Amino acid sequence: MSGDHGRRHGAHDHHHHDHEGALSPMDLRVRALESILVEKGYVDPAAVDELIETYESRVGPRNGARVVAKAWADPAFRERLRADATEAIVSLGYIGRQGEHMVAVWNTPDEHNMVVCTLCSCYPWTVLGLPPTWYKSAPYRSRAVLDPRGVLAEFGVALPPETRIRVWDSTAEIRYLVIPMRPEGTQGWSEEALAGLVTRDSMIGTGLPHDPASVAAAESGP
Amino acid sequence: MNPPDDVFAAAAKVAPIPVGADGPVFSSPWEAQAFAMTLRLHERGLFTWREWAQALAEAIRKAQAAGDADDGSTYYAHWLAALETLVAEKGLAPADALAERRAALERAARATPHGQPILLENDPLGRR
Repeated sequence: MSGDHGRRHGAHDHHHHDHEGALSPMDLRVRALESILVEKGYVDPAAVDELIETYESRVGPRNGARVVAKAWADPAFRERLRADATEAIVSLGYIGRQGEHMVAVWNTPDEHNMVVCTLCSCYPWTVLGLPPTWYKSAPYRSRAVLDPRGVLAEFGVALPPETRIRVWDSTAEIRYLVIPMRPEGTQGWSEEALAGLVTRDSMIGTGLPHDPASVAAAESGP
Repeated sequence: MNPPDDVFAAAAKVAPIPVGADGPVFSSPWEAQAFAMTLRLHERGLFTWREWAQALAEAIRKAQAAGDADDGSTYYAHWLAALETLVAEKGLAPADALAERRAALERAARATPHGQPILLENDPLGRR
């Protein structure tokens, strides 16, 4: 987009900086088309989102799950991820095309991390797939900041009262990946088995990994 | 839930939809958005898969004539071009309205502080 450049250096609009280029030309075309079709009643945005939701669990979150499982199982990779998450993630072959900078944030018994941003482009989709509808919703972001514990409760996550909750606001430049705590009772599990415990929501911070006992029970079934 | 097989059948005659082990593969959220809108419009009976296949074939032919890389990376760019052409032909969203809306959204995106959803209402030039 020409004309961008001069504008970016304008002092008066520095507070708009984060959205500069937040919509790629293709994003813009799709949004414009959807906006007109919705306005004319040909397309119901909820129905489109619902259809997308049926795919998004297949598209990307497995990449993120492998990153998390490796961080749990492989101390050298864990250090790499801490030092430079972008480089560590690229080393696994998951490459963003937007040049975004990735930061891993680590859950501990003392601190739980949660990520927000209402822009679908402020989402690490190379590792997490397509953003869920709720993530894009305005109420999620405002409430996640004002009342993170309440939002977590709605997702069925109850943390000990002494656990601090830290909310990270993604930008077009920095995307966060939450590294949940490794569940108890998974000593000796392979990275592949560990990756099976990692849910998309646990990497956004609105969920926790699957319970190893329930997964083992499901796998021993028919 | 699988999308109807007929969308795959329709596209297969022109250029097969990229799929992985679990279904269609998208490399960016807008691709899934374009794909899903196409399915919904078809469900509403606004075009047939035969018409869709023709539009997709035409979009790919034009892109190749213009020197498209033809390596699969631009698949959904062709898909979107086909969708835009088809909805314009059907009178659902005329090309000039689309162009105008793009410009309005781009202005809105620039005028929206980070962390807030980009809404058309934020277009500083407003809407008629």
